[in-house]
Amino acid sequence: MLTIIANDLRRRLRDTTLLLYGVVLPLGLAFLFSTVPAGDDGRAREFAARYAVSDPAGEFAGRVLGSLPSVQVRRAASPAEAAGLVEEGKADAAFVVEPGAETPRVIGDVDKPVAVQVAREIAEAYAAERRAARLALLAASPASPASGDVPGTVPGTVPGTGSGTPAGAAEAAAGIARTPAPVSLAADTAVRRQLDTTTYHAAGMAVFFLFFVAVTTVSGIFEERAGGTLARLLAAPVRPRAVLAAKALGGVLVGLACMGVLVVASTLLMGAGWGPPLAVAVLVAACVLAVSGITAAIAVTARGAEQASNRVSAIAMVLGVVGGAFFPVTGLGFAEFAGWLAPHRWFLLGLSDLAGDQSIGAVAVPALVLLGMAAAGGAVALALGGRAAERVMNA
Amino acid sequence: MSLIEVTDLRKRYRSTTVVDGVSFTIGEGETYGLLGPNGAGKTTTIAMVVGVLARDGGGVRLAGRAHEVTSLATKAMIGYVPQEIALYPDLTARENLAFFGRLYGLAGRDLRRRVDEVLDVTGLSERSREAVSKYSGGMARRLNIAAGLLNRPRLLVLDEPTAGVDPQSRGAILDAVARLAGEGVAVLYTTHYMEEAERLCDRVGILDGGRMRAEGTHRELVSLVGAGDHVLITVDGAAAGAVPALERTPGVTRVDADEARLELLVAESRAVLPLILDAVTGAGCAVRSLEVREPDLEAVFLKLTGRALRD
Repeated sequence: MLTIIANDLRRRLRDTTLLLYGVVLPLGLAFLFSTVPAGDDGRAREFAARYAVSDPAGEFAGRVLGSLPSVQVRRAASPAEAAGLVEEGKADAAFVVEPGAETPRVIGDVDKPVAVQVAREIAEAYAAERRAARLALLAASPASPASGDVPGTVPGTVPGTGSGTPAGAAEAAAGIARTPAPVSLAADTAVRRQLDTTTYHAAGMAVFFLFFVAVTTVSGIFEERAGGTLARLLAAPVRPRAVLAAKALGGVLVGLACMGVLVVASTLLMGAGWGPPLAVAVLVAACVLAVSGITAAIAVTARGAEQASNRVSAIAMVLGVVGGAFFPVTGLGFAEFAGWLAPHRWFLLGLSDLAGDQSIGAVAVPALVLLGMAAAGGAVALALGGRAAERVMNA
Repeated sequence: MSLIEVTDLRKRYRSTTVVDGVSFTIGEGETYGLLGPNGAGKTTTIAMVVGVLARDGGGVRLAGRAHEVTSLATKAMIGYVPQEIALYPDLTARENLAFFGRLYGLAGRDLRRRVDEVLDVTGLSERSREAVSKYSGGMARRLNIAAGLLNRPRLLVLDEPTAGVDPQSRGAILDAVARLAGEGVAVLYTTHYMEEAERLCDRVGILDGGRMRAEGTHRELVSLVGAGDHVLITVDGAAAGAVPALERTPGVTRVDADEARLELLVAESRAVLPLILDAVTGAGCAVRSLEVREPDLEAVFLKLTGRALRD
């Protein structure tokens, strides 16, 4: 088996097609994509926002907004003034806390979508806390009204329907008053869980072209059949399963070698930052196995090298697009959902997680999913492989 | 004693039976030819004999052992030369042979020596470090055979090894096969070239439509045709004048005359030939040319199947 693997690797090393698909094209395209202006410099940025707030009671502005880092708060005397600050560009968004309303109203600047979205989330979180507090008070209070006196209660609610005692209600109200602000902004920045442009494209292209590297293994088996060398191998005192296993293992090794060269080359030549080597190696190995399994499952349905190549190429293109090999796929409905079936997506997710958390544990889930894909693809290939092998031998 | 015994071999692909009850034996030092047109089932039979293809029925015993697809010990006794040039064109001749030699357990000095030997036998030593893709068709064919000899096989199986090669290379290949048989190697040789089977094979099996139509030595097969030799004579003058004398000649069973040409059917041409010449010259005809055609395997095949070998 080692003899067959060694022979395959030697032949692959002399094959310029492999060099083209495995190294030159992915590296070249990653370089081209990474030079396209992405609208930012790719560096980490801390979140910061300027909010105006019209809050006559001051509870929301003080307890909630006042506790948030990276947020500048400007008080407005009225809702109109708050809206005016946004209009004038002096605030990214404005909160208007109106008597009787559960959720603060948000007025946003369309040019500040992130700050506006964060404002909406803050308002929703505040409203959720108020709802929870009201329910707690209703449950604790026997009869007396408590509207407006206790943070978290809403004027106009109907008290006295609870089953607790006055002391219990007071205790509940005090507890609510001591609760921390309903929202917080983590110091972690989004970019810490996001790959830089260069690494993203290098990784995306690497997985995309990995399919084409894998299909050369399958094509090689079909070509060996046509050329007669497969028959000669099977006529030798070597178990038939060992021949096929050697071919498959050789393909995996070639895939690993190509990915390894790409990781090193993109790091040295393009400044890509893949992450800790061990974790990256785990992710790369899982990805190579997944792509090999998927390719094998597709290829066993083919009758020849050309058909196998065509089918794998088509699937590789679809998976590459939905998996985000060319550009991030978000908000595309079914395509985004289908992306979870693509190894590209999980590989990129693993690298992104690794960018936020430098431990090997960060890639555990993506690596397991990729290994699951490998197992599923391998199982399909084995299930259909009997008939495929019959075709290979009988043709 | 037979080295290989093939019994009632069968193979079906869906509803088509491609090999249907083929049996034969080959002894050590014997060359057995499987003769048949394209699609007769020769390659499928060979694939099952070699152990590349699982059979649907029948059995193969090699050196007294059952031989299956997974029988590594018996596979090690077989040298296989596929119909295609089963070599890696991007590797050199030496690299190809070293790879296939390793599959048969050869290594180190033994491997290098054996590679040198088979390169020498096939006359490729001087160009052994060139990529196979640079070889001519004939050279590639010879290297294809060399790869089948690496393991010093007791049974050498050659599937149409001379297909598409020039006459010179063909002669070299046939000589090499004859030499190996002389050294005690059992040879199974498939071809659709009748001349090769006649020249090389001790016994021939005629395969058609997946079935063994006849089997035996050349003489035994020819006797199946049941006719004598054809003698063709060209004369000066009218050939018809010689017909009465020829019809009276012992051993001549039929005479046809056409202007200056005579065609005779004769039981034993070698014995009767002087009498035939006497009859022709006695009738006043000068003989310009004479040709004797003995019945060949082509005629046998035609008689058995109703069509020519290369239809």
